[in-house]
Order: sequence, then structure tokens, then C-alpha cells
Amino acid sequence: MSEVSEEWEPNIVVIACNWCTYQAADLAGSLRYSYPPTVKVVRVPCSGRVEPEFVLEALFNGADGVLIGGCHLGDCHYKNGNYKALKRYEWLKEIISELGIEPERVRLEWISGSEGLKFAEVMKEFDATIRKLGPNPLKG
Amino acid sequence: MTAEDKPRIGVYICHCGENIAGAVDVEEVRKFAEKLPDVVVARDYLFMCSDPGQEIIKEDIRKGLVNRVVVAACTPRTHEPIFRKACEDAGLNKYYFEMANIRDQCSWAHWHEKEKATEKAKLLVAAAVAKARLLEPLEDRYVELNKDVMVLGGGIAGIFAALDLANAGFKVYLVEKSPSIGGNMAKLDKTFPTNDCSACILTPLMVEVANHPNVELITYAEVESVDGTVGNFKVKVRKKQTYVDWDKCTGCGACLNVCPPKARVPDEYNEGLSTRGAIYIAFPQAVPKKAVIDPDACIRCGGRWFGEEPRKTKDGKPILAPCEKVCPTGACSRDEPRDPNGELIELNVGSIIVATGYRVMDKKHFKEYAPDSPNVITALQMERLISATGPTEGKLIVPSDIPKYLEWKKKIEKGKEAELEARKPHVITFVSCVGSRDERYHTYCSKVCCMYMLKQAMLLKEKYPDLEIYISFIDVRTPGKDFDEYYMRCRKLGIKIIKGKIGGVQRLPDERLLVKGYDAELGRPVELISDIVVLATAMEPNMDLKELARKLGISVGAEGFLKERHTKLYPVDTMTEGIFICGCAQGPKDIPDSVAQAKAAAASAMSLLAPGKMKVEPLISEVDQEKCIGCGICENLCPYGAITLVEVNGSRKSKINETLCKGCGVCAAACPSKAITLHGFTYEQVLAQIRTIAAKKVVEV
Repeated sequence: MSEVSEEWEPNIVVIACNWCTYQAADLAGSLRYSYPPTVKVVRVPCSGRVEPEFVLEALFNGADGVLIGGCHLGDCHYKNGNYKALKRYEWLKEIISELGIEPERVRLEWISGSEGLKFAEVMKEFDATIRKLGPNPLKG
Repeated sequence: MTAEDKPRIGVYICHCGENIAGAVDVEEVRKFAEKLPDVVVARDYLFMCSDPGQEIIKEDIRKGLVNRVVVAACTPRTHEPIFRKACEDAGLNKYYFEMANIRDQCSWAHWHEKEKATEKAKLLVAAAVAKARLLEPLEDRYVELNKDVMVLGGGIAGIFAALDLANAGFKVYLVEKSPSIGGNMAKLDKTFPTNDCSACILTPLMVEVANHPNVELITYAEVESVDGTVGNFKVKVRKKQTYVDWDKCTGCGACLNVCPPKARVPDEYNEGLSTRGAIYIAFPQAVPKKAVIDPDACIRCGGRWFGEEPRKTKDGKPILAPCEKVCPTGACSRDEPRDPNGELIELNVGSIIVATGYRVMDKKHFKEYAPDSPNVITALQMERLISATGPTEGKLIVPSDIPKYLEWKKKIEKGKEAELEARKPHVITFVSCVGSRDERYHTYCSKVCCMYMLKQAMLLKEKYPDLEIYISFIDVRTPGKDFDEYYMRCRKLGIKIIKGKIGGVQRLPDERLLVKGYDAELGRPVELISDIVVLATAMEPNMDLKELARKLGISVGAEGFLKERHTKLYPVDTMTEGIFICGCAQGPKDIPDSVAQAKAAAASAMSLLAPGKMKVEPLISEVDQEKCIGCGICENLCPYGAITLVEVNGSRKSKINETLCKGCGVCAAACPSKAITLHGFTYEQVLAQIRTIAAKKVVEV
């Protein structure tokens, strides 16, 4: 793990719910849809499990982008955890802006277990967004 | 923490043959892992999940070398239980296990970027180690299981699932949406590849399941809501209003003939080729054979609805509706009011099998095939047209002349002499892949169309050798025992195959059809005049399948059919434990495959429920009442009502009911005093992973 590389590569943390987005990530792999290796997934049971601190800590520790992935609204394995994630996300965006971080660095996506292609597409697009924004300003 | 408890992590990296090693430098990852904090050993092997692979891990545990295990391999989705079991077998608490997903989410996705894939794999291993350092031992819980099963859908799959369970001694609630069980198979004339009569093999099973002492049949009913979890589902089923007293109805059918012509609507059983009255029995062999009134079709004869006083004739006699008047048992009486919402039935079951089947795509979508012509029909309509229980009792006439046939029949029944002037077809053309394998509609193959077209063609040709029959195929797909032989038999009968796509059908003034296509073998366009065109329209998910899946908490795939837990290993399981799927609700398939899946689903439910109790993962939330400030935020957020506030030593404290908690962690995420721990995904564990990935090194939490 080269900490300082000459060519900067984004470091993206995806916090994925076990039932939809984590499955979609598996499916993307098994269907061999490629996406940038800058993306690394952390598994949680539900997007409703995601504490705003998880996202902030990722940014504070150097992540350039954080994506929360859940089931589509109405399809939550735990009935409505994703609505709770949505509410927290809206609130998170405000906090992030106040911290001087571009709100585009944090994203919420609904990707179902059968949407392997969507997972790959979203990751490509998010990686491109982060590349445009450049390194996380908190990294100094 | 004693020295004994201090984490001694073993990291085991799988090559997965070439699947991982082809894109990830395993040795580099291994060397990297060796140096991570608390890691005492890092090993690699060709197939970590194989017996010798598992033995490597077990041996390290038994020797006391490691007390935490990290496997970097495929995905926890399929292999976490396997490695947990290996840990347990070697005497380690199985929750001292963590997995790094370096195949599905690394090597496979970044196959051509070996260096970057290796870097990513290292980081994923580091994150897993960071979590492993914080793992805690947990004890499995046991829950008591209710052994009753609900089977949803009374087609061939549902019937078999119900029968297998009932024969094994399990109580089954068989819930069917229509007034009768039988499903789509009840509409078929014959079945390939043996040309068995569909009714002859299906109807005895319908009777058997309905009369089985362990089966409670609930037809004309739909699921309203599902609560609870494996072993203890609480299901609300809405039994629709039949408007006929089923305790009194004997299925005599007297009411059917008196329902006035104005109240007639297309008959579902005959796929709209004939009409039925507002009061109807699904079909003559229906089980249960009971009448229902379709309230949307009923014209409220005599100006009277249920519970209303009848109008009186001049001489004071009550004016009754004809069905009411003719019913010999009083089942159709309108004296009592009836709740249009029907009745809500609550069922408690341990497992649910979903066998709700499919629907046939409507022809109306295909403007290029003249859907307005009555002589352009779907294959299921053709099935009705050639069936002895169909609108013409199996007499082959062009569908545009069915009204003439029905009039003629009425005259004959009244003892009048009449001549049938319906036209018999001379040429019939079948069009394949209508809505299937078509990017405009469904990209999947409906799997059964090639075979049923061949079947219908064969039945027609054998009965009417002078018929000229054309089948257009994009490809002929006959994979199955005796299937290709069946195809060859058709060819020998003189059925003509057009290799190519039919581009369009034009309706001619005499109700015949001009079929235009391209024959790839001839290499030129072809045109033919056909009396009937049969469209092999796609098998589709039922309209309300997605809604039902939501109620059950299971998923549907992109094409709309129910999604299995794993395509190969768990084909009838779903992501929700205790809910199984079978038949065409899972995807297009033929009768033998539906039956096989139904029996598999029944066996899965049996092996789940037979022990009477089951182990459940203790990955649920727990409150530290010392830390809890009794704010009650968690109580409102819990989607399962598992959290209540209780009084402990004079102050309010949150308490989690562990049988209701499903471990989503919404409460843990919201707790302002961090008093709630979601075991398996604790604050510290998740944070350790996130920080490690973000900082690209193991960060202490």
C-alpha cells in the first residue's frame, strides 16, 4: 500500500447494505462488469445502520469519496431502514458543506441485488466525479 | 484482557483456482497480511473452502496458534457459513471469524488491472483484520418454530408443494387468488413431450390436495400483510367477497344459465374467447366447485343488492334476482348484507412457499401482428380452442366464428334444428419469440414456447392431416429429455418450419391474415395467407408479483420474477429465511421443472421446520442499560416493535426483545449515548474497517 503515490488515485469507501447493494457488488463481479479498483466496500446489514459518523470518519481519515448503498425505497429488507438513511443523508450533506467539503463527495444510491450493471456504472461515474474534484481537502 | 484472549489472528488467502490468483498476487497479499497488527500467521491455498483448505485453518486453531480467523476469498454471501462451521468444528467460537471479499468484489471486477487489484485486496484484508481484532464471541440463539406452512398459489407447483408437506404430516394453508385452484395448467389441452391430457393428470391432484386432512384450502384470497420472521410468520389473508354462500353452494350451476346477457364479460378460463356471466364457476372441473359473483359485472337484477329489501310485484310478491330465484339451496340469497371487503383471516406459520405462477403476455402490445383481428390469438387461446373444455368443445373453427358457434349451440340445446356455418381453418401459422428475446419487451427466453408450438402443431396435424401448418422460429430450442425427438416427429408429420422472424401480419377483409416474414434458409422474404395466426407470447411475472414480494420481504430480479438466494446452490431459497419459491414465479419453466422445484421447496421447508426449533445468528442489538438515558428514540425507530421502554430502578431504560429483533441496526445508528450495540456490526468494528480503508492502514479505534 503505497501511501504517497506520484499519480493521485481516489480512495472511495462504499458502505453497502447486505441485502441489496452488497449483493449488487458481488453480481457485478460475477458478471465481470469492471469498475475502478479505487472502490472498496464495507458491509453493513442495512443502510439504516450507517451512522453519520461513519461517513465523517471516512473523510477525516482520508477517503476522497463515500457512497452509501441501500435497497430501493420500499424494498428495504428491514421494511424502512433506507428511509432513515435518506433522512440522515440529507442532514449529513449540510454538515459536510459546513466543514468545507464538497457535498458531491458523499453520495447515497439505491442499487438492488439484481443491479450488478448499475453498481458498476454508478461506481465508474462516482470515481469520475471524485477525480474531477481532486483529493479530499481535509488531507491537506 | 488476558494473554489468552489477546487476538492471535490467522489470515487465510484463497487462490480460488485462477479466479483470485489470476488477478491478485496472492503471495504479495500474504506477505502484507503477515505484518498486520495481531496477525500471527498468514497462509494461502488453492481452494480454501475444500476439505484440505479448511483443515489448514482447523489445524492452526487446534494447535492454539490462532484464536481469530480471517479468510480472504470469494464472498461471505455463500461461504461465510462454511468457514464459520470450520471454526466451530475446531473448537473456536464461530463469531471469531471475518471474511475479506477479494474475488467477487476484487479479482473478478478488476481482472485486467493486476497491480491495482492486488493493492485493493491488501486493503480489504487489512480492513478485515481491523475488524477481526474487535470481534467478540457470541452464542447462537434457538427459536421455537411453528410447523405450519402457507403455500401461496394453487397451480401445479403450489399443489405439489402442499401435497408433499401434507403427506409428511405438516399442516398446510393453500392460498389461491382465483376461486379455484388449478392455475394455468388447468387451461392446457395436452402437455409436451408425452401429449398427456392436462386435465387427466391435474384434476385428480386438485381433488387430492383439497381433500387432504392436513390441507386447508383458502381460495379467492390474497395476502394482505406478512409480519414476523422464520418460524413465526404472521400472515393476514384477505378472503375476497364471493357473494355466494359457499357453505350452501353445491356447484350445481343452475345460476350460470340465468345470468342475463347484459351481465356477460370475457371468460378468464377461455382466455376471452367466450363470455361468462356475472355469477360464474371458474370452470367445470373447478376445485372447490363453487360459484362467485363478480360485483363489477353484476347488473343488480331486480334492482336489489345484498341486504336490500326486495322490490315487490303488484300483487306483493318480492322480486328476486334470477340467480337468487333459481338457486336450490339458497346460497345466492341477497337477504343478508355482505361486506365488499370480504373477510380477513390471520394465519400463523413457520414457513411460506411462494408458487404464484406467471401470466401470458397480452397480444395487444404487438401492433405489427394485427392484434385487433380475432384470428390472431395467443398460444394459450389456441390451447383453449383445441381443448374439449374450451369454447367450442374442441371443434376447430376460426376464432372469428366462435360467436356463430355459440349461437348454433344455443339453438341445438333448445332442440331447434340448425346448421353450423363456422369456417374451418386451412392454414395456421405460429410466430415464435413474441415478447421474449426482444429488447423492447423481455430479453429472456420464455423457455417453453418452442415446445408448446410444436405440441399444438402436432396435435392439430394429427387430428386434421389436411391442415397446412407453418412455424416460424428464430431458433428451435429443444433442450430436454425427448424434446428434440419430439421436434423431429413434427417435421416428419409435414409441419413446415420457417427459419426466421415474422415481420408483420395484415388483417384481410375476409378475416384471413396475410403473414409476411423472411426465411433465412431460402434467403428471401415469404408471404402466406393464414386463417389463424398463433403468437407464442412471453411468460411474464404476474402484475402484482412485485407488490407481493415487498409484503414478503423478498426480492425480484430485473426481469420481474422472484429472485432466488443463489442461482446454483440455493435455487428455491430467498434472502429471507423461511420463505421459499418455486414454479414460474421464479422464472419461466415447464411443468416437470415446476414440479421438481415445488418438491424441492417443500423439502426445504420440511428440513427447516422438522426439528421444531432452529439456531439463529445472534447478530442482533443489545442495550447497555448503564449507558441508556431513556430518551426513547430507538423505540420509535424500530421497524419491528422490538424495543420498549421499561422502568429499571426508577428510571426509563430501553429494552430489546431478542426474538423480535432482526438486527438491522437502525437503533444502534441512532442512539445518542451509544448504549446500543449491534452484535456482528458494532460501532467499533465498522469504524475500524472504514478507517482502515480510508487511511490505507490499520487505525486503532
